[in-house]
Amino acid sequence: MALNRDFIGRSYPAPEPYEVSRVKIREFAEAIGDLNPIYLDREAARAAGHPDVVAPPTFPIVFTLTGAGEALADPDFGLNYAMVVHGEQRFEYQRPIYAGDELRHTSTILEIRSVGRNEFVTVKTDVTTLDDELVCTTYNTIVERGGAA
Amino acid sequence: MASYQVGDSLPELRVTPDAGLPRRYAEASGDMNPIHIDEEFAKSVGLPGCILHGLYSMAQVARAHTEAAGDPLALKRLAVQFRGMGFPEQEIRVTATVKAVEGDRVVTATEAAQGDNRIIRNGEAEFTA
Repeated sequence: MALNRDFIGRSYPAPEPYEVSRVKIREFAEAIGDLNPIYLDREAARAAGHPDVVAPPTFPIVFTLTGAGEALADPDFGLNYAMVVHGEQRFEYQRPIYAGDELRHTSTILEIRSVGRNEFVTVKTDVTTLDDELVCTTYNTIVERGGAA
Repeated sequence: MASYQVGDSLPELRVTPDAGLPRRYAEASGDMNPIHIDEEFAKSVGLPGCILHGLYSMAQVARAHTEAAGDPLALKRLAVQFRGMGFPEQEIRVTATVKAVEGDRVVTATEAAQGDNRIIRNGEAEFTA
């Protein structure tokens, strides 16, 4: 079943800010096997001029992956999650993410396109501080295998 | 700081995720899609077995760049396409070649492969050097 194009352009602000913790940054850095001391050790981060430990570049996936999840789970959208794989990902960085940050994020369904038998859905997420400073923008393209058949 | 020229290669990064990695990454990232952690489920939807999270492989591409730049915060942009399926217990090799230099900004073409299987293609990264 083709996905419902009416969803293109819809935006979904996260209901509450995501609070970045030192523990979560450590868990993520260890899972990806990237043990840079500024991810793990506050003193090392401070020595490098940062207020606290820094999040690795792909860390924003922790809280942006489920952006627009409400739409993707909506039966009217028509997505079969069992057939979903990740197609493309992009991060654009404006400001580092530090432990202690509280981050807002809003996800928008940017595009839905059919490629062969597959459906591609691109969700853009803007991540900001509570003061509306842009932290990063992520573009997450998922592929529903066989969705366009 | 190293200076880069078009055509330069960044140091190659090689890493072999162990069999337990997809579950650890799932828990750390919150992406609990069963195609990564449930062998039977993965096979039931036509996959050969549990596959790596694309974002795990992308993290290795990011790391190749942050280590080359000497500072994680030097990375300004990273975009990739996931085109081959990645599997645990196979070595991932990340390569990157400088394709543009403008002032202090370096842009690379980058990819990740397991043997001949190019799991990340058409990657592009930008960092300050």
